This record gives sequence, structure tokens and C-alpha cells, in this order.
Amino acid sequence: MSIIELKNISQNFDKLSVIESLNLNLEKGEVLGLFGHNGAGKTTTMKIILGLLEPSNGQVKVFGENPFHSDFSHHRYRIGFLPENVSFYQQLTGLEVLQFFAKLKKVSVSRCLDLLEKVGLSEASTRKVKTYSKGMKQRLGLAQAILTEPSLLLLDEPTVGLDPIAIQEFYTLVDNLKEKGCSIILCSHVLPGVEKHIDKVAILSKGQLAAYGSIKDLRNQTSLPTKINFSGCFNIDELTQKLNNPITSNDSGTFSLEIDNKDKLPVVKILLAQPGIQDLDTLPPSLEQLYYHFVITNQTSPPAIIKNISGQNDIPIVQPKTTKIRQGEKP
Amino acid sequence: MKSVIAIAEKELKDGLRNRWLIAITLIFAVMASGLSWFGSASVGSIGFSSIANTITSLSSLNVFLLPLIALLLAYPAIVGEDEDGTLLLLLTYPLTKGELLLGKLIGQTSILSIATVIGFGSACLSILFFADYVETSELFSAFGLFIVSAILLGMVFICLSYVISSWVSEKSKAAGLALIVWFFFVLIYDMGLLGILVATEGQIQADVFPYLLLLNPTDIFRLINLVTFETNGTGLLSIASDQSFSVLGLLISMLIWIVLPFSLAYYRLLKRPI
Repeated sequence: MSIIELKNISQNFDKLSVIESLNLNLEKGEVLGLFGHNGAGKTTTMKIILGLLEPSNGQVKVFGENPFHSDFSHHRYRIGFLPENVSFYQQLTGLEVLQFFAKLKKVSVSRCLDLLEKVGLSEASTRKVKTYSKGMKQRLGLAQAILTEPSLLLLDEPTVGLDPIAIQEFYTLVDNLKEKGCSIILCSHVLPGVEKHIDKVAILSKGQLAAYGSIKDLRNQTSLPTKINFSGCFNIDELTQKLNNPITSNDSGTFSLEIDNKDKLPVVKILLAQPGIQDLDTLPPSLEQLYYHFVITNQTSPPAIIKNISGQNDIPIVQPKTTKIRQGEKP
Repeated sequence: MKSVIAIAEKELKDGLRNRWLIAITLIFAVMASGLSWFGSASVGSIGFSSIANTITSLSSLNVFLLPLIALLLAYPAIVGEDEDGTLLLLLTYPLTKGELLLGKLIGQTSILSIATVIGFGSACLSILFFADYVETSELFSAFGLFIVSAILLGMVFICLSYVISSWVSEKSKAAGLALIVWFFFVLIYDMGLLGILVATEGQIQADVFPYLLLLNPTDIFRLINLVTFETNGTGLLSIASDQSFSVLGLLISMLIWIVLPFSLAYYRLLKRPI
């Protein structure tokens, strides 16, 4: 039985269609990355799964039941949720806030201290939440989401405001929960680093599923090139002929070439056979490249969307990267 | 039920932490002591005059202050949680909207009750110990009824706040509406009734008119604290003097004033887009 089953979901607010015929499945112990620009319908999808919104059309099943129904309540002990923006109760201390939520989920109050320790808040536990930084509130939110060892965890922008070490700790936590059989939906704008920790990707664009499947599936669906970076001493012209591919030399003294994924092994073999080779890296299309690809192809009018995306801070990673490649190109 | 208690407990803690409780208690204590000892200064005497006088002046002042305090205490109840993102989170917990609202009502009523009991209770005790010739049982029953009716009045306005709070989408709007509600019940309504009475030169059906007072919870509160002393009210309340309202009947109408807005608030919360 799937933990989450969305069949043909549509959601309209007045006449505005936010989600159109969405199909999603999540199995036990799976981690799904849900990506999309602002207003793509990510949060609405989460609200539908949480039973806070009744979809205008379609069927939702979470743990095999309709989450909007009042009978669903007993399943809520097994669900953890971290909302995108939550400032909690300013006047209470971190520990008091967590104890309050623990009581609502009938979790023993003594577990709270352990959890605060786990998210790195034990020193700040007796301070009022109003003195907390964004990252500390995020940690408190995370502690709250894993109060019961949840079977389903929905995280909306979990890494916002966290420092790099905390992000690493967060992903370790996600991996541990996944091993214990927890199904997780991870909703994010920040794409780098998330690849290793997710089994499936769903890219939403304007309320529609632009892409859905494992990262490998998505790579196969596109013809995006795999990039190979290498360095050493070569006769470039000779090598170019051998590889039958144009080589770009970068400012930093390294070389790169872009090839079809299926040609990867022969090309690498040729490169390794070169006596002058010193270093070699293969970079399959990254999640952000896939994301960019699917979001763009999903649009009927790409130029408008490029403009739209560059105006937002959603995927700052994509733009600079393309420019960098262009700078590195030589005629 | 445990969730209701958890919410109530959190509200009470919030009230303690942001010093609402201590502030309200102090206001009540100063007001009650001041009125019981200096309330008859206008007629040239200082010191405790009579229980009837004290309760009457206390209730006329309380009728302004208590609804305002209750409205200010409770107007952010739902809309504030919504703005902080905690409403969204709470609703993903095993908690119904009814439990949430009930927990809030119990918690905030507790704040108001503690303040009322300590504030007015201390005035009552000071009268008991320092005033001459006071009938102890009369004093206790008068103050007891006063405190109970004050708590009920507070609850009415807390529930009215919930209606506003679960209806609107912004905290500032809720604050504005709360002030309008206060203005209407405390000032406008009685003035309007008086205006109609004067304009029609009392020709309007005299037996219907007193019941119009029951449409305003602040008037019910004043009536409760009047009828026990069998004195005639002043101003608008004098029209109710011929009518014999029983204390029990008045308390029941107060309860209706709590249940109806609470149900409406619950209904609005159910319909509220999350």
C-alpha cells in the first residue's frame, strides 16, 4: 500500500487553477523531492496531503484514507510537518514550545530535551523563542516534526536559514529516518546537495507535473550532456580528433567537453589512455540542470519564463552557472 | 480532552509571560479598592459607605473596562496564530478546530478569572477587615455574584473576539473590529435605546422595552448587580425597574451570550481558508 496516493488532483481557488491533474505516489521509506518555482503549487500540494485543503477534483489517500475526513485524526500522530514560515510562540522558551507540541501528540515530555539536543538547541532551550534566529526556529520546527518517530514527514523548505554544517546534519537525519521506513516529502528551492538524499523527483511548474521519476529516469528523458572536466598536457587538436568532440579550455588551465551520456565510457577510456592526463571528473546533468530543462520545456512561451525566473530568487544556482560556462568558451 | 487542557495551559502561560495577568489584576485591585473607599467622595464623605453603593459604582466602571480588556486579550486568538504560521501547524496535529477554540476559551477565561478573583477579592477583604458594621454574608454574596457575573461578561467578549478573529485575515483588522464592538455595546447601544425612548416620548411598548436590554451583555451584567439590592437603577436601567428580572434568568441570558458567539466563531473557523 502506498503511503500517499494522489490521483488526478485539481485545485481551484475561485477561478484560478493552482493545481491541474496531479498524480503522485509515495511508498514506504521513499524520499520525494518536490521542486518548483514560487506559486507552482508545492505548498498547496502539501496542504492537500495534510488534509487541510479538500481538492476541487480527484482522489487523495494518505495511509489509505482520505486525510480531509475527520476519521483521519488518529493517523496524525504518525505525521510530522515542518511549515515554511513558522515563528512559534514568542513568549515561550524553546523547551516550552516543544513540550506544548509534545502534549498535543501525547509524547512524553522527557523526550523533548533529547530532541533539542539532537537538533543542537539544548543550550538555547531555556531562552524565549523571540530571541531565536531564523535557523534556530528552523531547528525547533524540525524537532517538532519528529516528535513521534513519524511514518510520514513533510518538510517545506527545511534547510532555509541553516548553516552548512546544520544542513549536513539535517540530511543525515533524513537518511536515518528513511532507513527506519519513514516516507519523506522534501520541498525545496535549494537544489545542490539534495540529490543524494532523494529517491524521486517531482518538478511542478504552474500547477502541473513537469517531470516525475528518479533522477536517473529524468536524465534518460532528456538529452542533456554529461560534462567531463580534465587537466594535463595534451596535443589538443589530436585529442579533439580522437574524441570527435570539441574541447573547451577553461581559464583555470583545465579542459572540458560535453558528451552524450551513453558515450561516457569510451570517451573516458580514451582520455585515460593519454599519457599527459593528470585529473578527470565526470559530471552527469545535475538536478538544477534537469530542473531548468523541465521547467523551460514545460512552458509554451520560454522567453517570458526565463525572465520570470531570473527575477526571483528561486534558483539562483542556474543563472550564474550558465554564464560561467559561456565565459569559459573560446571560439 | 488532553489537547484542550494543553492549549488552555499554553494560553495561561502566555498570559503570565507577557504580563497580561499581572496588569489586569492590578487594574482591578486599584479600581475596586479605590471605588469602595472613595466612591462616595462626590457626596462629601470618604470611606466605605454601603455594599450597594460600592457594587453599583464598581459595576458601572467595570462595564467599560472589562469588555475592553477581554477584547484586547482575545482578538489575536485565531488570526494571530494564523499570521505566526502556528495555526497551519496545529491543524496537522491530532487536534480538532473545536478543541483548539475551547482550549483558548478556557485558558483566556482563566486569566480573566484569576485577575477578577484576586483584584476584586482583595477589595472585598479590605472592606471586611477595615470597614465598620458590615454584614459579612451580605458582603460575600454581593461580591461573589459580582465576580461571577464579571467573569461571564469577560467570557462574552472573549467569544465575540473569537468571532472577529476567526473571520478576518489580518490582525490589525481584528483589532479595529474589536474596538468597534466595544464601542457599540458599551456606548452606542444604550444611547440608541435612550434616544428611541426620548424620541417616542415613552410611547413605545413599555413591556417590550426592558427586554431590549437583554440584547446587550453589558446591560445584563449591570442588571444582575442591581436586582439583588432592589434599588432602582439610574439612567437607562431604570426602565427595567418595573420588570422583575430574576438573577437566574439574567445569568442564563449571559450564558446564551457566550454560547452563540462561540458557536459562530467555531463555524467561521471551520470555513476559514487555511
